[in-house]
Amino acid sequence: MEISDRNAGWRKELREAVKGKERTDIPRVKMPEREPAERVKSQRLEVNTGLTAGMAQQEAKRCMDCAQPTCMEGCPVNIDIPGFIKNIEREAFAEAAAVLKRTSALPAVCGRVCPQEKQCEVRCFYTEKLKKEPVAIGYLERFVADCERESGEVCIPETAPANGIKIAVVGSGPSGLSFAGDMVKKGYEVTVFEALHEIGGVLKYGIPEFRLPNRIVDFEIENLRKMGVTFVPNFIVGMTQTIDDLKAEGFRGFYVASGAGLPRFMGIPGENANGVLSSNEYLTRVNLMGADRPEADTPVFHGKQVVVVGGGNTAMDSVRTAKRLGAERAVIVYRRSEAEMPARIEEVKHAKEEGCEFLTLTNPVEYLMDEQGRVKQVRVQQMGLGEPDASGRRSPVPLAGSEYLIDADVVVVAVGVSPNPIIPHSVAGLDVSKWGTIVVNDETMESNISGLFAGGDIVRGGATVILAMGDGRRAAAHMDQLFCTPQAKEN
Amino acid sequence: MNQILRKQSFSDRVVQIEVEAPLIAKARKPGNFVIVRVGEKGERIPLTISEADPQKGTITLVIQKMGVSSTKIANLNEGEYITDLVGPLGKPTHISKVGTVLACGGGVGVAPLLPIIQGFKEAGNRVVTIIAARTEELVILEEEVRKYSDEMLVMTDDGSYGKQGLITEGMEEIIKREKIDLAVTLGPAIMMKFCALLTQKYDIPTIASLNSIMVDGTGMCGACRVTVGGKTRFTCVDGPEFDAHQIDFDEMISRLGGYRKEEIEKLNR
Repeated sequence: MEISDRNAGWRKELREAVKGKERTDIPRVKMPEREPAERVKSQRLEVNTGLTAGMAQQEAKRCMDCAQPTCMEGCPVNIDIPGFIKNIEREAFAEAAAVLKRTSALPAVCGRVCPQEKQCEVRCFYTEKLKKEPVAIGYLERFVADCERESGEVCIPETAPANGIKIAVVGSGPSGLSFAGDMVKKGYEVTVFEALHEIGGVLKYGIPEFRLPNRIVDFEIENLRKMGVTFVPNFIVGMTQTIDDLKAEGFRGFYVASGAGLPRFMGIPGENANGVLSSNEYLTRVNLMGADRPEADTPVFHGKQVVVVGGGNTAMDSVRTAKRLGAERAVIVYRRSEAEMPARIEEVKHAKEEGCEFLTLTNPVEYLMDEQGRVKQVRVQQMGLGEPDASGRRSPVPLAGSEYLIDADVVVVAVGVSPNPIIPHSVAGLDVSKWGTIVVNDETMESNISGLFAGGDIVRGGATVILAMGDGRRAAAHMDQLFCTPQAKEN
Repeated sequence: MNQILRKQSFSDRVVQIEVEAPLIAKARKPGNFVIVRVGEKGERIPLTISEADPQKGTITLVIQKMGVSSTKIANLNEGEYITDLVGPLGKPTHISKVGTVLACGGGVGVAPLLPIIQGFKEAGNRVVTIIAARTEELVILEEEVRKYSDEMLVMTDDGSYGKQGLITEGMEEIIKREKIDLAVTLGPAIMMKFCALLTQKYDIPTIASLNSIMVDGTGMCGACRVTVGGKTRFTCVDGPEFDAHQIDFDEMISRLGGYRKEEIEKLNR
């Protein structure tokens, strides 16, 4: 393809136009951000405001257009990274968008929430060989997607002629959407079933609008709809209808991406006090139900002293939401040190800029409540770091006699999630692990039941948006193989 | 969008609606519930299903005006639409032949009790039902309940209708009179708590169906957690029915009021 062929004339010219030294001397672009004092006033003001065209082209110039782009190996959905970046450099933004859309159903989302620092950017030539800051691949991806959306001229990827094979997708989160995008391109008749009233899964209920505005998710969903994907909200596969019911209606392939349903709690005394809630509940009330807005019917706690337990992105989302809901004090309590925090560095930085406090090497052991059963204090314990555990991180060890109390009127528990049990319980004979995840072939994503594939958190137990999307792509490729043989098509 | 085909007012505060929901009507079992949302700014709230007609493709819900959202739903008229309706949710009632079942429903709790007694009756049990309310106008579904009960007792707190007294007084009379193999209690949490204390005294296995606060209803939020036998369970996916003798009702009652202050603020907007 001309627009992404490394040997295309334009691309060769581009490579030769600027000397390598000149490229590597350009400093990495800084993402423009709203001032902390301004952004904490609203749940819906996006913190990162996006690159200008000039900034994006300058940053694109840094990319060396490597013959063997290692960055792509770090991308779970195999985006043609130099291919889209070089189109930015030559100011062909629409072409850049077309390159992105070949492999990613959600470029505006990935550009915002992917941990690029752990994936493509960590494998960038600059990081690996020059020991310099990598090309800002994530910022550039976001720039291209935003640019196309704002231009009003959106290219809808081409789809193969309809093959009439009906495919059901369970869950409309990133994994389901990515799968649906690939399958509809291959000509399948794809229907996505969603339990909630909104399409988007964790992109809607989980990730706050100051990181990922809902209208951007909706836009990407609308593109999938234009490509022919059907979305059915308020439908719980396994309850409203079973997989067998859907088979009887002619669905032949299933992709289960029902996500990580159940929030985990720690099982410590007082955890069921009022005011102690899961990050899922807290974020869903605000992000999905709009509880921060006075006109919404859904209530949410506007805590003055909010403690958030955990060190992942969800914990950061929660503590920053607390700040925006008017908390005077919003505190992260995390049992390991900051170095072990699973949250993205950018999220930690943003949280700190917004005045969130961090109590690391600290763990809650008990919640104390008032006479009305409402939480009033958290008893915490200080921790030390011992030997590395199975995750490779040094495991926290309680320090004797180190307990003390913190005042809190709201506590958000963000210590992880367990897989949603509805599908695993509703399909007879489905191979499920002792953790409740669906067991699949690592390569094909197919379960022990032929034609039933699964991916994302229902398989991984808890992962990132992009890994979930990668699962969707792999499942689509292999499900297509299952159906694309001539006899399969006739059945 | 689900259309309301029929609406009947039981009292100023309690209405019954029949809603178009063909898939739910077909799939639902006794004990299941749905989540309902009205309007784009609406809240998701759980409502129990009282009846279903799979041929007609409808389910029947009974709603008591309590706060912003229940009032919004109760104020919808025939021909209007519920914005979002999803279900059936929760584990169905475990119905089997046990002998004699004492079913105790209080207030609007009688509505979800109806399919449960129907199930037990059809499974060949003797069903003795007590329906209780504060006062006469809050007694609902008397005729429907009678249809599936071998014996029925109506009680009101103020004696305005049926027998005067609390539901536990009626229960104790029956328990002393005949052998009860299973009790089912459904109604206000405080009522279920005292029903459970009574049956515990007589060592009668008892199930209670809980109406916890929920957001999604599929296990995602954990707002509905309840302590059962010392363990935290989720009402939406582990329940809504639990062994009544194992439920920490005091915690449950406290949690039901968890958002009271915020809800009052919403009511007074």
